[in-house]
Amino acid sequence: MRWTGRSLRRFEDPALVRGLGRFVADVADQHRGTLHAAFVRSPVPAGEIRSIEAPPGAPVLTAESFPGIRTMCARLDRPDFVALETPVLASDAVRHPGEPVALVVAGSRAEAEDLAEQVVVDIEATRPVLDATAATDPDAPTVHAGLDMPMGNNVVLDARFATEGLEAAFEEADEIVALDIRAHRQNALPIEARGALAAHDRGTGRTTLTAANQMPHMLRTALADILDIGEAELRVVTPEVGGAFGQKMCVPREYVALVAAARLLGATIAWIEDRSENLLASWHSRDHSYLLRGAFNRSGMLLGLDADIVCNIGAYSNYPVTFGVEPLMAMAELPGPYRLSQYRVRSRAVTTNMCPIAPYRGVSRPVLTLAMERLMDTAARRLDLDPVEIRRANLVSEFPYSMPTGLPVDPGSYVETLDAAVEALDLEGFRRRQQQAAAEGRYLGVGFSVFGERTGYGTPAFAARAMEITPGYETVQLEMNPSGDVTARIGASPHGQGLATALSQLLADELGVEPRQVAVVHGDTDTTPYGWGTFASRSMVIAGGAAKLAAERLAAQLREIAAHHLEASPDDIRLEDGSAVVAGTSVGVTLPEIARIAHHSSHLLPAPMEPGLSVSATYDPGGTFSNACHAAVVEVDPDTGHVRLERFVVIADAGLEVNPMIVEGQIHGGVTQGIANALYEELVTDDDGNLLTASLMDFLPPTVCEVPLIEVTHVQTITDASITGAKGVGEGGAIGAPAAVLNAISDALSPLGIEVDEMPATPSRVRELIRRAQSTTTGGPT
Amino acid sequence: MKPAAFEYHAPRTLEEALGLLHEHQDEAKVLAGGQSLVPAMNFRLARPAVLVDIAHVPGLDRIETNDPASVTVGARVRHLDLEHNTIAGPLGSLFAMTGRWVGHYPIRVRGTFGGSLAHADPAAEWCALASALDAELHCRSTSGSRTVGARDFFEQMAFTTCLEPDELLVGVRLPRLSDSCGVGMAEFARRWGDFAIVLAVTAVERDGDSIARARIALGGVAGGPVRASNAEAALAGRPATAGTVAEAAAAAAEEVDPTGDIHGSADYRRDLVRAMVTRALDQALA
Ligand SMILES: Cc1cc2nc3c(=O)[nH]c(=O)nc-3n(C[C@H](O)[C@H](O)[C@H](O)COP(=O)(O)OP(=O)(O)OC[C@H]3O[C@@H](n4cnc5c(N)ncnc54)[C@H](O)[C@@H]3O)c2cc1C
Repeated sequence: MRWTGRSLRRFEDPALVRGLGRFVADVADQHRGTLHAAFVRSPVPAGEIRSIEAPPGAPVLTAESFPGIRTMCARLDRPDFVALETPVLASDAVRHPGEPVALVVAGSRAEAEDLAEQVVVDIEATRPVLDATAATDPDAPTVHAGLDMPMGNNVVLDARFATEGLEAAFEEADEIVALDIRAHRQNALPIEARGALAAHDRGTGRTTLTAANQMPHMLRTALADILDIGEAELRVVTPEVGGAFGQKMCVPREYVALVAAARLLGATIAWIEDRSENLLASWHSRDHSYLLRGAFNRSGMLLGLDADIVCNIGAYSNYPVTFGVEPLMAMAELPGPYRLSQYRVRSRAVTTNMCPIAPYRGVSRPVLTLAMERLMDTAARRLDLDPVEIRRANLVSEFPYSMPTGLPVDPGSYVETLDAAVEALDLEGFRRRQQQAAAEGRYLGVGFSVFGERTGYGTPAFAARAMEITPGYETVQLEMNPSGDVTARIGASPHGQGLATALSQLLADELGVEPRQVAVVHGDTDTTPYGWGTFASRSMVIAGGAAKLAAERLAAQLREIAAHHLEASPDDIRLEDGSAVVAGTSVGVTLPEIARIAHHSSHLLPAPMEPGLSVSATYDPGGTFSNACHAAVVEVDPDTGHVRLERFVVIADAGLEVNPMIVEGQIHGGVTQGIANALYEELVTDDDGNLLTASLMDFLPPTVCEVPLIEVTHVQTITDASITGAKGVGEGGAIGAPAAVLNAISDALSPLGIEVDEMPATPSRVRELIRRAQSTTTGGPT
Repeated sequence: MKPAAFEYHAPRTLEEALGLLHEHQDEAKVLAGGQSLVPAMNFRLARPAVLVDIAHVPGLDRIETNDPASVTVGARVRHLDLEHNTIAGPLGSLFAMTGRWVGHYPIRVRGTFGGSLAHADPAAEWCALASALDAELHCRSTSGSRTVGARDFFEQMAFTTCLEPDELLVGVRLPRLSDSCGVGMAEFARRWGDFAIVLAVTAVERDGDSIARARIALGGVAGGPVRASNAEAALAGRPATAGTVAEAAAAAAEEVDPTGDIHGSADYRRDLVRAMVTRALDQALA
């Protein structure tokens, strides 16, 4: 019996559901004498700082307090890239609302807020530029004045790719479909906002940063680089983390300032971000627009694709992945799972006086999938084809396939998942119901979304983006303790995903122990091997792969000791049910017995084996595409523009599922965020840059009342692109859902000739489209 | 998101409460359910120096039903009690169908009827209900008491009433509705539990197949709750048909003068007024 493939309940959950999980704020409460920080932030999107005045003697720290500190600057090594430097605290100019200018420290957060109110920052406000397209105008204000912008005003990345025969493809086309796709700004909205506790130990000179974060090792390196101190002086710990979704991947200015302040004051200082700060100035996401043209022949084959992509990356770069991640991923992966030979794309990053962007679950893919899937549906309607047929005609079904950009696509189930979704929905039955409803004046619609998600990619994929800091591999150290239990130390940094449970299952199978006997240690730079953390749907593939490799090494060592002890050949030893047995016999030795020998009677080990049972392995794969088909059924209320989700179906292929329940949980959460993207969440600013959605009264994540039951069916295509057979599944839910929802709304409103290409499709936007359509078809307002 | 420092009082009698309000005037705020005031304090949008918590003032949590012509709801009666209460007849139905739209369950457990009226959110359900029924609001201060009609209680500026800083709203008198009166309530919000973008509360007295009198109050279209008088006039004495309802809904959409915000333009709100008035009237006439 194998543990892999079973929906084991997560080991992480009992503590969490009983309130025993320890998050940063809990750790801060448990420290004696913790001081609390609050940040003084810019009230305006752009301006020059004239002076910063604090009450005399107040513990107010500004850029001047930290003379040795460097700016934060992550780079891509490519000619079409302009590097942006971020000061830890703004000193001369402010470039986005909420930019940190000073830090105050007090005995409690309330007192820190009192003090922050008394700091007077005199800023001479200047004209901001908020919109990416407007920012490229030569007359627009330049966000980073004085920086050379050879590619145009505020253009910090301008990447292009084209195949030879694009123009010909468009000339040959029977139908050219042009779309203007817009995805507004969002916040990833982890339920726990950011937060950190910096504790400086004056005895050892070391500083420990306990932080809500996804990349503890990278964070430590970044802190050392920026503060110009040795990494040995720093320890980063991630306790329980209440969701991250990319928002806790990049290095926050606030954490750097906090560590610097703790070292300066020799103190323990907590900064627990509140929701207002989080919405205003943590990291924003999306804010992309695509001008898309697709060339189709009469039978619906996609002959060519031409795209102009603009990403509003806000005022600064994130660190370490840079703002390049959004436009470059969009450019590389736009064609998705559709066979295409002619492709031209221009993809730009534009800096504005908005909060900087960090990757958010799916990064560019929710938007590029929206673009491609809207293209397919719009083309189908124009060519009078069925949306399922046009997809079947264009989807890849032979592998390996190579995208026009050269990206290899390993085996998946694109057509199969689409067919399964059609069946799960009873599409024919739905179409009948839709007609009946139409006769009653009701608008029902169905929408599909087929996509592939590149997951579990290591160093080679990141290197293709020419990143100065190139992430990718993961290392796992395994040790069998004298009692026969196993400790796995990992560089990945799970924060809610259940990775510890899944890795335990995988290791249990390799080593013949029970999952409960495996302790997974993560999130502490003092006790885990260097690694990149948990993001980009990578942990099960890469940390899982490294765990498997390490387990193979450990198993070999266990077999060798057992063989020596039993006077058998290592090749004949099987590890199962806690013992090493000679195959086909009942002769064996228990794993605790072997472990005791290795640790406590090492003189009995076969020479020249070293004492102990500890191994390490690293895995650095090229990547594997998981895939899925999402389908949404909606009803649109024509009077209010409200969209009710009736059904949401997911046919997901994540390769080998180590724990199907965890896979399903990832899909549920992702789809919910995708629905948020499609219908609800939008950060809105006024023309002066003031954030109007500054609390959860106006920034609206959907709740259990708005999200329907998510019906998941599992398909498993095993490829050798991943040594465990597992593909990544962390982001897929968020990637596929928006397109399915917007396609369903467009299907529902097709009698009115409405195509919805902007998200979120809020009730007022949908109603506006209906009002316009009704006034053109009936010649007057209804 | 921590409140500025404040002084806290929990008076045990009405006199004591009124005395504290009198003493501190503008500096003081009444704390009822805290579901609007405390968030505002945490955002530091409100920074009262003194809080007068009325949780222990006796008598404010009663619903008086002895009078055959009216019901008086104490200021501290919780939203949930009105949603689940046993007020007989159409008035009770209207309270129940309206109450379930006020926020989420935990908010309805703590939030109070009087707090909602005193807070006067333009999209508050209770404010629209009070306006539709021409409620009478009893206000007390150390210098005496007065009764104000809903029309005069709500100012046309959001979150503004005629209450003086030292005045406490103690109870609200509402007319019982006749058994032949149909009631309706329709609301549009982005998510379940959100404040309404637009809402309509209706009470319609039938006279056989025609409408004797209709009351329609709207929320979310002005600084306070407003009566759709033209729509009401369009219904009075008319047959209870879909055509009449459509005319009244169109009149309501016409007579309001909403302003746009991030959740919808003025035109969008007009569209919603038409839809919500139609739905609330359909319910009342069903
Ligand atoms: C997430 C959320 C969603 C909500 N959604 C809705 C909604 O959909 N619809 C809705 O109507 N409300 C909603 N509310 C607000 C809620 O209904 C409040 O309970 C109500 O607005 C205020 O009542 P309270 O008793 O909590 O008053 P408090 O918050 O204690 O006080 C509010 C104001 O009224 C004053 N006040 C209170 N009582 C008196 C009195 N007796 N005399 C004089 N002044 C007084 C206070 O000084 C204060 O200024 C929501 C609240 C939250 C937090």
